[in-house]
Amino acid sequence: MNDVKLVAAFVENKPGQVAHFAKILAGAVINIRWIAVASTGPFGVIKFLVSDPEKACEALKHEGSVVKLVDALAIEVPDKPGGLHAVADCLVKHNINLDNASGFIANDRAILVIEVSNHDLAHEVLQKDGFRVLSQKELPV
Amino acid sequence: MFWDQKSETLDRAALERLQFERLQETVRRVAAHVPFYRLKFAELGLKPEDIQSLADLRRLPFTTSADLRENYPTGLLAVPYDATLRLHTSSGTTGKPKALFFSRQDVDNAAELCARSFVMTGITQKDVFQNMMTYGMFTGALVTHYGAEKIGCLVIPAGPGNSERQLMLMQDFRTTFIHLTPSYALYLATFLEKHGVDPRRDLALRKAFVGAEPYTEETRGKIEEGLGLEVYNSYGLSEMNGPGVAFECGQKHGMHLWEDHFLIEIIDPQSGEPVRDGEPGELVLTTLTREAMPLLRYRTRDITSIITKPCPCGCTHRRLNRITGRSDDMLIVRGVNIYPQQIERVLMAQPEVGRNYLITLEGLDEMTVRVELAEAGFEGQVEQLVKLQSHLAEKLRTEILIKPQVQLLPPGSLPASEGKAKRVIDNRKL
Repeated sequence: MNDVKLVAAFVENKPGQVAHFAKILAGAVINIRWIAVASTGPFGVIKFLVSDPEKACEALKHEGSVVKLVDALAIEVPDKPGGLHAVADCLVKHNINLDNASGFIANDRAILVIEVSNHDLAHEVLQKDGFRVLSQKELPV
Repeated sequence: MFWDQKSETLDRAALERLQFERLQETVRRVAAHVPFYRLKFAELGLKPEDIQSLADLRRLPFTTSADLRENYPTGLLAVPYDATLRLHTSSGTTGKPKALFFSRQDVDNAAELCARSFVMTGITQKDVFQNMMTYGMFTGALVTHYGAEKIGCLVIPAGPGNSERQLMLMQDFRTTFIHLTPSYALYLATFLEKHGVDPRRDLALRKAFVGAEPYTEETRGKIEEGLGLEVYNSYGLSEMNGPGVAFECGQKHGMHLWEDHFLIEIIDPQSGEPVRDGEPGELVLTTLTREAMPLLRYRTRDITSIITKPCPCGCTHRRLNRITGRSDDMLIVRGVNIYPQQIERVLMAQPEVGRNYLITLEGLDEMTVRVELAEAGFEGQVEQLVKLQSHLAEKLRTEILIKPQVQLLPPGSLPASEGKAKRVIDNRKL
C-alpha cells in the first residue's frame, strides 16, 4: 500500500507559525494541498498534505523543526449528501476509531483525509466497500 | 602516562609526610604574614606549633568566599604586593569579585598540575589544543593554556563562542583536544550537526576536557556522541588556581585530586564536621604550596565524595566523584531541597527530549521545567505530546519528590548558551 503521508510539525502556539512553515515549503517549491492545525495550551501540531512529503520533511528539518510523517487515508467520496456518512459507517462496522478527519474539494472531486486507529484494516475494508483510497500520486494536482 | 611520575605515584605514607611538612610551612607563613589568619588564630588561641599532625588540620579555621570578598583586594596576600605576578578574579554575581593572586611559583605550579592532568589521559607534545574557555580574568583558559604549553602542545587560544570560527580552526589546524564548558560542548555538537559536519570523519578531535560547570554522566555521553571524542571530567576553582585541581585519568572514573598541593576534607555543610569516607558532603581544600595567597580550609560549596579505592592507573592521589551540586545552587521548593543537576540527570536519560532545559520558579512555589522536544519524542499527534509531558513530570517527581509542570518547546527556543548556562529563573514572590 502506498497511502498518503501527512507531514506533522511540532509548533509553539503563537502567531506566525503557519506563515513560518508555509514560507519554508514555498521556498522548497512544495505545493500544500491541505492543512490542519491542532493545539493545546502552549503548543500544537500542524499537519500538511503536500505534493512531496519526504522533501517537505527534509526542508522543515533543515530549518530546525521537529517533524514526523504520519500515515493517513485520502478517500475520494461522491460530492453529494451522504458521502461522509457512507465512509464513517463502513469504519464503525469494523470498530475502527476515527482520530482525525477533514476534507477538501479539488477539481470537483471531494477528498476526505482521515487518521484512524487501525490504518491497514481501514484501508482494506474501505476498498472492499467500493471506496477509492488514493495513493500519493493519485491526489488531484 | 605520567608527567611527573615520582609525585603522581608517591606511596601514601610518603605523600602524607610531604603534606604534613607543607601544611606546617603554610600555617607558619599565614600566621606570620596574613593579618586575617593571625586574628583568627588569636581568637582560637592557636599557635602554628600546635599543628602536630595532619589530624590537627581540624583545629584550623575555615575560610569562606565571604572572607575573600571582605579582604578584597589585597587582604589575604602572604607576599609583598610587588612579589605577585598575576591577578585573576572569580566572578561575583553581586558586589566585588574575589581577587586571586599568583606568584611566579604559583603560576608554574598551576601549569604543572594541568600538565599532569592532560598527560594522564594520554596527551603528548604532538597534540593540538584548542582552548575554548574564556580568556581574561577567569582562570579557566590561561591556567590550562600554560599547562598545555609546558607539555609542548600547539595551543590555539580560541576562547569560547563564535562557532563558525571554532570549526574553521579545528579543521585547518587539525585540533586534537579541546577544553570547554559542558553547555558550550552541547551547543557545539548541535552546531556541527546542523552544518553537516561529522566530527569522526571531518575533524581530528580525540579528547575534550569538560568542566567549570557541574554536569551529569548522561551529559558526558551526549557530548561524546555529538563531538565524537572522549570526555574527561575536570574540576577546579579560581580560589585553588583554577583548572587542574582534580582531573580524570584514562579510566574516566573519578578525578584525581593532586594531594601534594591540596589537602582534602569532606564535611557536612551544616555542622562543619567531617563525613565518613565515601559519603557525600562539601569539599574543603587547603593549599599546600601556594605562595602568594595560601588559603586554609576553604569552603568550596561543591558537593562531592571521595573514592577511597586505589585507581588502576597507578596514580596514588585519591579521586573525587563527580560534583553533584553546589550548596549555593540548591533550590528549596515546597520545603524540598533540589539541585538543578538532579533535574538534568533525569532529562538527559530521556531520548524524547533535547539537551537544553530551563527551570522557572514562579508565584507560590510553582516549578516549570521547559525542555526542547527531540525527534525521537514526536509521533505527530497532540495527544501523544500531552502524554509525554505528564510522563516527564512523573519521572521528575520520582527524583525530586515534587511534581513540576513540564513544558515542551521546539528545538532552539531556549537561549543557546555559549558560556556558563543559566538554568534557573527564580521569580517567586515569597
